[in-house]
Amino acid sequence: MSAEILTKAKEIAKRWKNKPENIIEMMHDVQNEFNYLPKEILETLSKETTVPIARIYNIATFYNAFSLKPKGKHKICVCMGTPCHALGAPKVVSALERELKIKCGETTEDMQFSLDISGCVGTCGLAPVVIIGDELYGPVGIQGVPKLVNKYKNK
Amino acid sequence: MKSYRLQLMVCAGTGCVSNHSFEIKDALEKEIAKHKLQTEAEVVTTGCNGFCGAGPLVVVQPDGIFYQMLKVSDIPLLVEEHLLKGRPVKKLMYVPPKEEAPIPKMSNIPFFSDQTLVALRNRGMIDPENINDYIARGGYKALAKVLMSMTPDEVLQEIKKSGLRGRGGGGFPTGIKWETCKRIQSDTKYVICNADEGDPGAFMDRSIIEGDPHSVIEGMMIGAYAIQNICEGYIYVRMEYPLAIKRFNIAIEQAKEYGLLGEKIFDTDFNFDIKVRRGAGAFVCGESTALMTSIEGNPGEPRAKYIHTVEKGLWDKPTCLNNVETWTNVPPIILKGAEWFSSIGTGDVTHDAWGGSKGTKVFSLAGKVNNTGLVEVPMGITLRDIIFNIGGGIRDGKKFKAVQTGGPSGGFIPENLINLPVDYEELTKVGSMMGSGGMVVMDEDNCMVDMAKYFLKFTQEESCGKCIPCREGTKRMLDILENITSGKGKEEDLNLLEELSNVIVESSLCALGGSAPNPVLTTLKYFREEYEAHVKDKKCPARVCKQLLTYTIDEKQCVEVGHGCGVCKKNCPDNAIIGEIKKAHHIDQNKCGKCGVCYDVCRFNAIRVE
Amino acid sequence: MPKLKIEDLEKISDEFKRTMTVREGGGKVKVTVHMGTCGIAAGAREIMNTFVQQIEEKNVKDVILTTSGCAGLCSREPMATVEVLGQAPVKYVDLNSEKAKKIFEEHVLKGVLVKDYALSIGSERIQ
Repeated sequence: MSAEILTKAKEIAKRWKNKPENIIEMMHDVQNEFNYLPKEILETLSKETTVPIARIYNIATFYNAFSLKPKGKHKICVCMGTPCHALGAPKVVSALERELKIKCGETTEDMQFSLDISGCVGTCGLAPVVIIGDELYGPVGIQGVPKLVNKYKNK
Repeated sequence: MKSYRLQLMVCAGTGCVSNHSFEIKDALEKEIAKHKLQTEAEVVTTGCNGFCGAGPLVVVQPDGIFYQMLKVSDIPLLVEEHLLKGRPVKKLMYVPPKEEAPIPKMSNIPFFSDQTLVALRNRGMIDPENINDYIARGGYKALAKVLMSMTPDEVLQEIKKSGLRGRGGGGFPTGIKWETCKRIQSDTKYVICNADEGDPGAFMDRSIIEGDPHSVIEGMMIGAYAIQNICEGYIYVRMEYPLAIKRFNIAIEQAKEYGLLGEKIFDTDFNFDIKVRRGAGAFVCGESTALMTSIEGNPGEPRAKYIHTVEKGLWDKPTCLNNVETWTNVPPIILKGAEWFSSIGTGDVTHDAWGGSKGTKVFSLAGKVNNTGLVEVPMGITLRDIIFNIGGGIRDGKKFKAVQTGGPSGGFIPENLINLPVDYEELTKVGSMMGSGGMVVMDEDNCMVDMAKYFLKFTQEESCGKCIPCREGTKRMLDILENITSGKGKEEDLNLLEELSNVIVESSLCALGGSAPNPVLTTLKYFREEYEAHVKDKKCPARVCKQLLTYTIDEKQCVEVGHGCGVCKKNCPDNAIIGEIKKAHHIDQNKCGKCGVCYDVCRFNAIRVE
Repeated sequence: MPKLKIEDLEKISDEFKRTMTVREGGGKVKVTVHMGTCGIAAGAREIMNTFVQQIEEKNVKDVILTTSGCAGLCSREPMATVEVLGQAPVKYVDLNSEKAKKIFEEHVLKGVLVKDYALSIGSERIQ
């Protein structure tokens, strides 16, 4: 593991005062920084906070926010709130699967895109909603899907 | 200080921001400067206005002119005509469905005029990132009042008298919760704001935090003062709401700078501090014990509540947890009095805290209604008023079928109960619940079996797995529903579903499992014929359940009206459509994946679904 | 920023009161400057600026200033309408900066009609 990553892990632990109860907040910061939870960092966090590594994995697999596998550069999330479902979100997921040639939950081979579903993001007035990175789009029709994905290709 | 004759209130709730309201703001400022109006007009960003379907929104004050669905290219016209020449621009105004004349004033638009604002009192009026705006609208005055002139007991009595009940779902009387927490002996206690608004289709709390974060903080402080021995407060916000987290953090920083959080607040002996904790995408953490476990740094599994959290909550200390909307209601009760609050709503709470539903409730109205967005209405208003007056009726002239309240814990309410008054008891009586305030409208195109399956799938995936009835029971129910929607259902399945539901309700550890069967039970009760159509006739009357559908092309329509345009063929992912341009097309049923793309793309109404 | 005292809450609200009056669309008096093409050509902008200056100079907090289109009497522009809450609106014509100042001091602040400049009282409602 590079020294740089180690420093980063220690810095994140320190940001939360190395306190065991703040482990979830630290993991959020790691996820935001690296797009997933690298094994080495989790081991460092475990040492820094005295939280057993098994517990850290327990947390990482319990919460949807965390991923143990690297995600694509552009994370595409389709909101699965009730209004989005009622207005056709499942069709949007199928259209994205066809466009990206991956299944929901997977990442494209070139690591450009990953496709997931998300809990309600609370912008139900715009349903059906798709979130790409920090950007939120809605209403998204299945015909708009190729254009939407193209916007992020080679970006 | 500088005074402007015009205030341009640009909505910066998540919905409008994603529709580029910040670009609108920049364009406004640029145009205003171009016309040298910068000394006359100020552009202000506000929290969510609630009319999310019409975003991005700008309200021009003092006249309250409401502009909607703005594009950057509209701004030069708006500034020149309205700001410079004083002529509001009709073509950028809101036009009600099926009407032609635009409504210029925000206060005349039925969506806004039929609402009663208590929790959303500052909506669209203040910049949520500026504490001075909040103070200018009477903010922190309630805190000053309790610290200067009321004893903790008096505060508690006022809240009890008001009849305020928890807005997060269960409707537990807030005053009683505070009183129980106060009674437990301990030097260390906590207050928590539950902002883990996980119900799909509910976004009241997001909007309150994004638009008025200080009102939540002030409510928590008043609660902490009344309960006493509170060492600190936590706000648990779900991570799906990044803007809400940001605004809370800004609000806390500003309150600290002003000495409104910290030690010796207003030079009294009252100390209080708040920390923000991010949720991590687990629905179950909206349950109080799971939420507390999560704050402690653990997987959010609930525990049995034979010992209540007001006795042993966070780190085993007495803890008072209320949701965002409940806390927001506290300051106005203190300022205007319990009598004012209890004059709104239904029933009588003078002797029985459960005897009525007082105050207002915020609902997020979504689904197949014309005006989707956030509405605050007095308790006791009918569902019809909300859906047809404020909501403007059903989209595209379709027929209303049902309204879903209470999210995955609630149920579906059919058309013949549309005059039901909205209060805690009435909604529970019909098998649904108030819940946190999600209200999703379904029309004739929604399949009730599919919707029930959707909710069950949701709770099944979100079940933490700790107790067996919830983990295994919902899985079995989901299996049955999958069978029914794919044509493999048997008639005895319906009774089995009911039986399983009752067992899960009785024996689950927490409310997630205990209420998970509600969507199935209510649809079975009110829409049994739809289940029967799936089971007996192997048909989906709403034409939603893919495996029960057959797509065909009306060849006459295809050639005569559509001239065999071929759009369906081009878009079909399974290459199941055969035909040449200008000739009739047809679908190879063996290849058809039933995705429905052809139906969606055909502009000539030539695709038939059965 | 020093720690806030209770009195400071009042100070802050007072300081922001004018802004809030505008946002709430409230206020005791509403002044409308007619800004049609004819009005602007005749100098309505100067009248508007005079009112803005007066409001700031005298630190007035419950007056709102707004604009409307042509009042339909183009020959007597610039024009303004003053409406005190609960009273009939009054139209003033042939204004200049001096007259506007007087109208502000007399009618807007003290509620005394400036008869010399007035065209009509309550002939029509402003919206």
